[in-house]
Amino acid sequence: MAGPNGHPLIQARKLVKRFGDFTAVDAIDFDLQRGEAFGFLGPNGAGKTSTMRMIGCVSPVSDGSLSVFGLDPARDGVEIRARLGVVPQQDTLDMELTVRENIVIYGRYFGLPRKDLGMRADELLEFVELTERADDKVEPLSGGMKRRLTIARSLVNNPEVMLLDEPTTGLDPQARHVVWDRLYRLKREGVTLLLTTHYMDEAEQLCDRLVVMDKGRIVAEGSPRDLIERYSTREVVELRFDDGHRPDDFGYWTDGLASRVESLPDRVLLYTDDGDAASHGIHERGLTPESVLVRRSTLEDVFLHLTGRSLVE
Amino acid sequence: MTSLTLAARPLEFFLTQYRRVWRGTAVTSVVTPIVYLLALGVGLGVFVDRSTDLAEGISYLEFVAPGLMAATAMQLATFESSWPVLSAIKWDRQYHAMLATPLRAGDVLLGHQAFIAGRILMTATVYLGVIAAFGAIASPTAILAIPVTVLVGLSFSLPIAAWAAHSESEASFVAIFRFLILPMFLFSGTFFPIANLPAPLEVIAYLTPLWHGVTLCRDLTLGDVQLWSALAHLGYLLVVCAVGFALARTTYRRRLVV
Repeated sequence: MAGPNGHPLIQARKLVKRFGDFTAVDAIDFDLQRGEAFGFLGPNGAGKTSTMRMIGCVSPVSDGSLSVFGLDPARDGVEIRARLGVVPQQDTLDMELTVRENIVIYGRYFGLPRKDLGMRADELLEFVELTERADDKVEPLSGGMKRRLTIARSLVNNPEVMLLDEPTTGLDPQARHVVWDRLYRLKREGVTLLLTTHYMDEAEQLCDRLVVMDKGRIVAEGSPRDLIERYSTREVVELRFDDGHRPDDFGYWTDGLASRVESLPDRVLLYTDDGDAASHGIHERGLTPESVLVRRSTLEDVFLHLTGRSLVE
Repeated sequence: MTSLTLAARPLEFFLTQYRRVWRGTAVTSVVTPIVYLLALGVGLGVFVDRSTDLAEGISYLEFVAPGLMAATAMQLATFESSWPVLSAIKWDRQYHAMLATPLRAGDVLLGHQAFIAGRILMTATVYLGVIAAFGAIASPTAILAIPVTVLVGLSFSLPIAAWAAHSESEASFVAIFRFLILPMFLFSGTFFPIANLPAPLEVIAYLTPLWHGVTLCRDLTLGDVQLWSALAHLGYLLVVCAVGFALARTTYRRRLVV
């Protein structure tokens, strides 16, 4: 299944990862094409990190096949890793070394000559806006700065593919936007991105194409737009009720107004192509929720529809 | 690309990290032998030399100095391959950074052990210099005690690293120091000949790598080397290192590549 850009950079067929009796990744298929930003969206425990670790050749494949750059992770780990840029979920920066030393020593792991690495480190620190902290130790940096440093470090070998495992988990909203902005710039420069996330806004912002994962399986695949069109409606009406005022059954109230109704503990979602008409309709029928919110569909709705659960629990 | 080329890279990391603390350790490595040799070799030695006749007019200082050198290597090696190894896996996670690059678990192990060997080499060299300054060296073969001391260190650092990579917590490290390292320090022939031990303990002492290291270092500084016994000591230490390396390579892989 070669894509429009020729042979896929990464190809998985019936890929399985088992830990004892537990199956973390359960026979998944996917292709990554050069130049695209591809995401694994799913809640914690969906098998995203296990998949990333197999691609990064630090976790042996249990079953099925995986090829990275046309090479075999079991045999060609050294060569594959030389062409990857890894941003792990948990930082692996050295706290005792300076910001710049962290990049230089990481470059040395790739065998890059020390004389080139000084300049390379300067460029990368400028890219992630850490030039002023170059000679500071890593320890006192904020979470967002550490993440940016990890991203800069992962670029030291000019990787063909970047593996980003939950790149903004644990960051405050502002720090997340700075990270997204840098990743967006890398994407524009043609770097292939492979990322995992349990934030649907992150997937929507960054991914050209994504797979939705749940319990080790891929439950849907497509672009964010595709998925929303396929599995959700254009708009969603969110209803919240005061205690005791919530009807047990919405059949009567929403009949003909929504194509689907999702009843969650804290709110009720009406899936419809015209949110205003639907909210108008239920008012006319005499239903009086405490609050009504009309919004566009998101990947969260897709996930909810496919799995019956929310992404962030 | 050979393993050694790859192993040189983590070694470079540990050296970079060491640059920040080397002054402190350099002072320690000079002061420690001076203090020990003054207290035990000179101070205690006065009593020992008065009451006992060690073979062929050897002073207690000459007897104890090479033993202390080997025993110090044991302690340094054990420390360097316990907490720092678990930290690189679990707390600071530097090993994981290395494994995201072309380096493999075996390269990481080799590079870290090379660093520890380098630390012991430095310490042993200083130690021998101090022993010489105390006038406790009887033969030029003493210079060979330096590589032997490095080998003694590795015969501890390799198995201990294997254990550390297998450990979930640091709790066992204190126990290792208390119940393995300290008894070995005291009862492996460093301070008195193991022939003075009760018979069953003497047999156990023979099995410790430290006794082989202490004995060989002593023969070298006293210039009293018998080829066959020297080879037997070396062979024993090498076997312990080889087994330790094989174990460590396994536990590193199991822990880091899962």
